[in-house]
Amino acid sequence: MDDLTFDLNQTPLRQVNQFLHDNLQQYAGQPVRIFHPNGAHNIAVGVNAPIEIDIFGHTGYYTAGMNQLANITIHGNAGPGVAENMMSGRVHVKGFASVSAGASAHGGLLIIDGDASLRCGISLKGADIVVGGNVGSFSAFMAQAGRMVICGNTGDALGDSLYEAVIYVRGTIKSLGADAQVEPMADQDYEAVNELLTKADFTFDPNEFQRIASAKQLYHWNADANQEY
Amino acid sequence: MNDSLHRLFFLEESAGYNRHILNYIQNAAAHGLYEIRGLGAKRRLPHFDDLVFLGASLSRYPLEGYREKCVTKTTLGTRYASKPIELEMPITIAGMSFGSLSANVKEALGRAATQVGTSTTTGDGGMTPEERRSSKTLIYQCLPSRYGFNPDDVRRADAIEIVIGQGAKPGGGGMLLGQKVNPRVAAMRTLPEGVDQRSACRHPDWTGPDDLTIKIQELRELTDWQKPIYVKIGASRPFNDVKLAVHAGADVVVVDGMQGGTAATQSVFIEHVGIPTLAAVRQAVDALEDMNMKGKVQLIVSGGIRTGADVAKALAIGADAVSIGQAILMSLGCNSDTYIQNGAHHSAVDDYHALGTAPGYCHHCHTGKCPVGVTTQDEQLEKRLEPDVGARRVKNYLQTLNMELTTIARACGKQNVHHLEREDLVALTIEAAAMARVPLAGTNWIPGYTTAIHL
Repeated sequence: MDDLTFDLNQTPLRQVNQFLHDNLQQYAGQPVRIFHPNGAHNIAVGVNAPIEIDIFGHTGYYTAGMNQLANITIHGNAGPGVAENMMSGRVHVKGFASVSAGASAHGGLLIIDGDASLRCGISLKGADIVVGGNVGSFSAFMAQAGRMVICGNTGDALGDSLYEAVIYVRGTIKSLGADAQVEPMADQDYEAVNELLTKADFTFDPNEFQRIASAKQLYHWNADANQEY
Repeated sequence: MNDSLHRLFFLEESAGYNRHILNYIQNAAAHGLYEIRGLGAKRRLPHFDDLVFLGASLSRYPLEGYREKCVTKTTLGTRYASKPIELEMPITIAGMSFGSLSANVKEALGRAATQVGTSTTTGDGGMTPEERRSSKTLIYQCLPSRYGFNPDDVRRADAIEIVIGQGAKPGGGGMLLGQKVNPRVAAMRTLPEGVDQRSACRHPDWTGPDDLTIKIQELRELTDWQKPIYVKIGASRPFNDVKLAVHAGADVVVVDGMQGGTAATQSVFIEHVGIPTLAAVRQAVDALEDMNMKGKVQLIVSGGIRTGADVAKALAIGADAVSIGQAILMSLGCNSDTYIQNGAHHSAVDDYHALGTAPGYCHHCHTGKCPVGVTTQDEQLEKRLEPDVGARRVKNYLQTLNMELTTIARACGKQNVHHLEREDLVALTIEAAAMARVPLAGTNWIPGYTTAIHL
């Protein structure tokens, strides 16, 4: 196929995804463009090649799920679970993201220009997430590794049951979750925020961010914290 | 009789506050901590033992055990997958994680499953290279925790099992104590070494059956619709849950009853949450029949399956296959008083005693100090279970179950184990008759049915 443009009004999603799974190395450097997603689910799931994919419009569930290596841009809003379990590569949502953005992502970078809804970065396993706007409640719940930069405000219970993941927040935090605490920013924190903001093409000042990490009180069973588990 | 013996002889224990419950209350009062343990339910529950087969005599014609063949081949995942699972027997090995089990055990399970032509299953913690290499047919679990969940491994698997819940703890997450989180386990699970692992009770990126539909589609897209998708539920409301799993698009539904084992969870969960496997099977089959999906979506039953008779009874009620976890560990030597190392038997009794238990009573999987090297990550203890020894024992056990299964099937006049039917069964107790909905032995009465049936 020479033309790497697909119209989901004309081509079934299965055919598009099959193309994205097959022989993409030969098209490296050529952008794949997908038009009229119309909220379809599972667009560009399981891509495993260093290619550029642009999706023009709003998408449904699990866009770019389990992405490896690809650079995927959604020129619109993304539904639940965008970039879920991403392993590497980069997913950029130009609009807003629904619930569970970047859930259990192990690697790579997820950028959301607008707001992200509830449970952004839930069970994060090592990826980086940068949100230009606000995030909803229970974001980074049980996040184990990775970094989140939130340029706006957060909902309730931010960072509940964190392990080693670190969250940087510029705006107000409605409430922290169990075992999450605000910590002083160190030099490496400013560097991390600066690095991620630069990658996401945001111009906020790293000095405006605060660091949230685990207090590590739940790392070992504590009978006196029974409602925290 | 001296005075002390006389007193002991006439002491009467309270039924409501016996030594077991006294011990529980006193421990709770002393420590402010509920018990976390491994293994499955300990108390007696209605089970397949409460059913018996009606072997053929005059009204039915049996098959000759030593001359007439009985088919055991089993196919799973025929609904949508382009590559269904083909097994030589309807007995599979359940998901048990590396982390909970040692790497040697995972390898042994893979080798045994391959030798007898069945499948084994990963677990929390992901797929190890040893496990993939040793297993011809490997089912890859997608669990709420998503520890080590990796699309490359999904593609390397032969089927994917989305775990909603476990029979030992429907609705519950997990708590694996840090002593089992060694450097390799920690790396696979993206956790610091030695910390307690808290597993989520539900998937992070979907919240209900409608979302599950899309999740299944995502996994199908990832694997180009080749791999069967199993959905595993802990038995609590199996009629509704099986229907919803089928509606969501499952190729295979796995129903795990409350006798199912666990690596570590609250004892109160194990003993008091969920319903027995016997009750769950019939409800699950009802759901498939109600949807006219029997035979189109396959049913695997697990939770306390131990013998070929258990397998045969599950199949007769309507399962397509069974899955075994706890009894497989016992075939490896779990709760045995010895272990085999370098060709010699060694006593493990002192190690059981050091844990405060004894062979036959152990439920200390969560401690990581398994005296026979099964549920451990300890470098020395895991050597007590050598992969070739373990594989041989599991192979022997599975072969025995399969022989028992075919023996019963032939006695019931079946040349294929999948032809076993509910009409081949009666119940020994009213409870079992009501749950399995088969007649009480010697009668034509099924509790709950006003009209008697005639065999």
